[in-house]
Amino acid sequence: MKSNEICFHEIRFHGRGGQGAVSAAALLALAAFEDGFESQAFPKFGSERRGAPVEAYVRISSAPIRAHNQVYAPDAVVIQDASLLRTEPVLQGLKPNGLILLNADEKPVQASSGFRWVSLPASQIGERHIGRPLPNTVLLGALAAGTGWVKLVALEQAIGNHLAGKGEAIVKANIEAVREGYQFVAQLVAQQRVEVAS
Amino acid sequence: MKQLLEGSQAVAEAARLCRPQVVAAYPITPQTHIIERLAQHVADGELTAEFINAESEFGAASIVLGAVATGVRAFTATASQGLLLMTEVLYNIAGLRLPVVMVCANRAVGAPINIFSDHQDSMSVRDAGWIQLYVESNQEAVDTLIQAYRIAEVCDLPVMVCMDGFLLTHTFEPVDLPTQAMVDNFLPSFCFSRTLDPDHPMTLGGASEPDNYQEYRSAQQTAMEDAMPVIEALDAEFNDQFGRAHGGLLRAYRLEKAETVLLGIGSLMGAVHDVVDKLRDQGQAVGALRLRCFRPFPAQALVQQLRGARRIIVLEKAISIGAGGIVAAELRAALHQAGIMTPVASVIGGLGGRDLTPEVIEAVFQETMFQETNVGEVGAAFQFAPEQIPLNPPFSKGEARKKGEARNEGTADG
Repeated sequence: MKSNEICFHEIRFHGRGGQGAVSAAALLALAAFEDGFESQAFPKFGSERRGAPVEAYVRISSAPIRAHNQVYAPDAVVIQDASLLRTEPVLQGLKPNGLILLNADEKPVQASSGFRWVSLPASQIGERHIGRPLPNTVLLGALAAGTGWVKLVALEQAIGNHLAGKGEAIVKANIEAVREGYQFVAQLVAQQRVEVAS
Repeated sequence: MKQLLEGSQAVAEAARLCRPQVVAAYPITPQTHIIERLAQHVADGELTAEFINAESEFGAASIVLGAVATGVRAFTATASQGLLLMTEVLYNIAGLRLPVVMVCANRAVGAPINIFSDHQDSMSVRDAGWIQLYVESNQEAVDTLIQAYRIAEVCDLPVMVCMDGFLLTHTFEPVDLPTQAMVDNFLPSFCFSRTLDPDHPMTLGGASEPDNYQEYRSAQQTAMEDAMPVIEALDAEFNDQFGRAHGGLLRAYRLEKAETVLLGIGSLMGAVHDVVDKLRDQGQAVGALRLRCFRPFPAQALVQQLRGARRIIVLEKAISIGAGGIVAAELRAALHQAGIMTPVASVIGGLGGRDLTPEVIEAVFQETMFQETNVGEVGAAFQFAPEQIPLNPPFSKGEARKKGEARNEGTADG
C-alpha cells in the first residue's frame, strides 16, 4: 500500500491473556517512536480473559500513519505461546519471507516453509530475570536483533519509561530480559542461522 | 513535545488540563480507560475535582447537569447503551442551556450486543440539542475536547466529542499534549451567568406552557445555528495558539477539481485519505470531505465544498432503520435546497466494528453505481449484505406462531 515509502513495517503479536501481548505491542511502538519513527499500537479489540488467545498489532513508519485499520499482512509475527500454532491462524497473511519469532525451544517439526523461523525459550529466559515465565520483553529484544527495526537502547528506554510505575526492580529485570533476548538472536544472526530482514 | 499515548489516556489528560471540578461517570467499554485515568489523577491529587462513581449513566449525566448548574466545569464520558440511558438527561441539559462537555467513545448499540465501534450511539441522540464533533485522530480528540469547553461556554450549549471506540480509544499513537499554561490561556476559568446560588434563589428547569415552550425550542435552534461560526472561529484561534487546526466544521482533502467525493465521519477517514492518494496517483479526480461537526448540520458549508462535485459517496457507520443513511439524507436535503441535483449514494458499512479497509473503500469507489434517477433516493446500500449471515435454524413465522398458540393453550409438549 505504501510502496513509495522508505520504511513501513507491520508486526502482529499472538499471546494468551496475561502474557503481555498488548503491553509488548505498546513497548515496541514506544521504542520505535523513541527511535524517531511514527508508530501505532493497538490490541485486537475484544473482551480480554486470562489464558484466552490475544492479538496485538504495531505499525512502524517513516511517514505519519493515518489509517486505523487492523493489520492483515504483517511483516513479522511474534508468537508468545507455541500452543497457539495448533489453534490459531497465527501465520495468516504473513508476507513471504516474513519473520516468525516463536517462544519455544526449537522450530516446530512441521514448520511452514517460505518464512524465516526463529525460536527461543523466551519464557525460561524471562523467568530467570523476572521471576515469572513472562516472555514478552525477551521476544522484543529478539525482534530487534532479528529485524533491526528498533534499536535495543530504544527498547530499554521504552521499558524504563512505560514500566516506571511498577518499580525499579521490575524495570531492571525487564531490561536484562530484553538484552538476553537480543543477544540470543544476535548470536544466531552472527552464526548466519537466521537471515537479517531487509 | 509529541508522546506516544493511548487515545483514552490522551483524552483524559486533555480533560485534566481543562480543570473540571466534577467528574462523574459509570464504566462502560470502550470508554472506561478515560474515566479510570481521571479517577487516578483525582486520587493522586493531580486533579482537584470531585470524582463521583455514579450508579448508572442516567445518574452520571444528572450529576454533571447539577454540577454545571452550580457554576463548575464538569466532565463525563460514556458509550453505546450508556449514552442511550442518558438520553432523557441529554435533552434536559440542552434545554436548560447548560454548557456540559462529554466524550462519547463511539460504540454499536444492541441487540445483538456488540462492544465494537460504529456511530449508532451518538447518531441516535442527534436531535437532543447537543453540538456533536467527530474526530479523526487522537490528536484531534485532545484538541477538540479543549475547544469543546470554549464552544460550550461561549454558546451556552452542551458539546459531545465523539471518538471511535477502540479504533481511537485503545490505540497508541503520537499526540502532542499542550501545557497547562497554553490551555489556561485558551480556556479562561468558567464564569456561568445563571449559577444556582442559595443566596439568590431562582428556579432552574421550571415548567413551560404552550404559550412559550415553542420559543424555548426556537431559541435552541437559533443558538445551534449561531454556534457554527463560533466553532470555526475557535478552531482558527486554536490554530493561532497551538499550531494545529482541524477544519472547523468540515475538513476537505484533495477536493480541488474532484469529480467524485468520498464523504465520511471519524477515524475511517485516515484510510479514505490513503485511498484518495492512491486513486489520484492513478489519475482519478477524487477527493474526500470529512464531516467534523454533525450538529449543528453545516448545510451551507457542505454545499459550498460540494458545488463542483459530480457524484458524492457517503460512507456511514450508522443507519436510521427504516429510512437509511442519516448523513446522506441530510446532505441530499441541503443540496436540494441549494438547487444542486448531484447524485448522492449512501453506503452503510463498518457497523459493529467491521473493518472498513482501504480495499473496501476503494471497491466502494469503483463499484458504486450512479444513476441520475437516484437523486433524492431514499434508503441505503449495505456495503456488506446482511443476508450473508444466515439465521440458524431458519426462522419460520408460521411455525413459531403455532408453537406460541400451543404454549398459550397449555398443550405444548416438553
